[in-house]
Amino acid sequence: MTVPRLVPPALIACGVVVLGAVPLFTSSRSLLTWGFLILLYIALAQSWNLLGGFGGQVNLGHAAFFGLGALVTRMLWLKGVPLVLALLAGTAGASLAGLIVGAPSLRLHGPYFAIGTLAVAEILRITAGNVFPEVSTLPARALAGYHLAPRYYLALGAALLTMLAAWRFGRSRFGYGLAAVREDEAVAEASGVHAFRHKLLAFVVSSALAGLTGGVFGFYHVSFYPQFAFSPLWTFDALLITFLGGVGALWGPPLGAAFFLMLREALAFRLLEVHVLIFGILFIIIVLAFPGGLVEGWRTLARRGY
Amino acid sequence: MTSIHVQNAVFGLLIGGLYGLGAVGLSLVFGVLTMLNVAHGELIMLGGYVSIWLFTLWRLDPFVSVLVAGPALFIVGAGLFWVLFRRLIHFTEEHKIKNSILIGFGLALVLQTLAILAWEADERAVTPSYAGEVLALGGVVVPLSRLAALVLAFVVLGGLHLFLTHTRQGTAIRATAEDEQGAALAGIPIGRVYLIAFGLGSALAGVAGALVSVSEAISPAIGLHWTLKALIVIVLGGMGNIFGTFVAGVFLGVVESMSGFLFGNAYREVVGLAIFLIVLSARPQGLFARS
Repeated sequence: MTVPRLVPPALIACGVVVLGAVPLFTSSRSLLTWGFLILLYIALAQSWNLLGGFGGQVNLGHAAFFGLGALVTRMLWLKGVPLVLALLAGTAGASLAGLIVGAPSLRLHGPYFAIGTLAVAEILRITAGNVFPEVSTLPARALAGYHLAPRYYLALGAALLTMLAAWRFGRSRFGYGLAAVREDEAVAEASGVHAFRHKLLAFVVSSALAGLTGGVFGFYHVSFYPQFAFSPLWTFDALLITFLGGVGALWGPPLGAAFFLMLREALAFRLLEVHVLIFGILFIIIVLAFPGGLVEGWRTLARRGY
Repeated sequence: MTSIHVQNAVFGLLIGGLYGLGAVGLSLVFGVLTMLNVAHGELIMLGGYVSIWLFTLWRLDPFVSVLVAGPALFIVGAGLFWVLFRRLIHFTEEHKIKNSILIGFGLALVLQTLAILAWEADERAVTPSYAGEVLALGGVVVPLSRLAALVLAFVVLGGLHLFLTHTRQGTAIRATAEDEQGAALAGIPIGRVYLIAFGLGSALAGVAGALVSVSEAISPAIGLHWTLKALIVIVLGGMGNIFGTFVAGVFLGVVESMSGFLFGNAYREVVGLAIFLIVLSARPQGLFARS
């Protein structure tokens, strides 16, 4: 029994309407911020899951695409470009970077893709810090008109888009091909699946959506160093959330994001640095002992008839 | 070539030797276990802290600390293998690589946070009395401590080469790297070989870290930087090829130094990435690999 069949489309539509109506009924800053963060982290983790979970390719540089989206979108938007165009430019920039890194490294077997993505993220982080060393703060004009509701809706849009992509990845011809490549590339090739093309397309979609999510972050944050959007912690959070919830599962990232943010709130409150340590250890334990995450745990319980 | 170019090349050569030594341990572990420990740079960071500790406590010379950092990190590495990476040895090659990368990624964060908790996030450095002394050759200046670190790096690599080619243990490691099943059939205890190889790779990171502390600042955050250099160097030199790795390290150091001078320091890291992507597209077996 899978989760999507338990949750009929009507219920999902209701959920979207409820999420969409939240800003109409409340203007509580903390509630909207909380909602924004959950949606942002769902989009961040699900965009990683598209390639990492459905395609089985470990991307250690997801922060690079998130950061590129944030940097390009924010710079264009602050220069007066309409927000939609700025977001599109950020998305396009991130997917182009995905193409440049993926084309040589996804062709090879072994650790080359993980190394390549790790390298591109760290080098872009250092370069962003060198080229844009100053903190980027919204000008007074933008601050005066700052509202959380549009940020919330954009994050909702990004989260829905990544969920939709993941849903298509789970049940389309392309998605089945990608799953075949993940399980056994040689067998997939022998059955006529072009492995490299599947991986590359999944990577470009994944990095484009990471760029869009980054753009939403760039539009949301009042003041940050451009380098911050490239921090490896974004990659780690995407991995941790996906593994917490369930790798390659549609409902893994939303479950993981909710759990992650609640845990982080509870831990960071009193422990500061130590919460990163706990998350690191938690991640290693999940990888070694519970590779299915929360979704797998749920299924096991459902199968036993609870 | 004017003397400023020679000077840049010399600085690149000196740092490149450390890139090479930093990468050799990672390359050895990958060659023998088919596992990529992306927390290798954090082990280099720990090696650096061993040297800083010994210097702060007893004014121990960093070149002497190498003798402590190596064995200390051997034990750390063997422990990490026993607790974590050992669980992957029966996986298929693809899963071994993937899961070791994931574990290493989590481990890097854990070690970095532990270092922040233990020693705070500040940069620290070792300052022996001879720190500023230089050798002047014509118009070119060679810092003596960096030169000594390069020489020592070369000696360590030579020692590693002799160990791998002239001892029973080294032969067992090479045999396991070549053909794990064949080695097991010939009576080699491959579980122990894995443990020793992982410990040895970590010890090399420890030695590299102690030598890094002679010329560079050490902080909990430097791990990723060194992992990255090691990964780029391994791809340039070819996976599992020790001398190729060292040559590639020197090559990367010189290229970075020269391009930093040509394009400005803000972009010197980009050159490493560009070379890396070009090598992957054109010569994925590495620039300096024979086959």
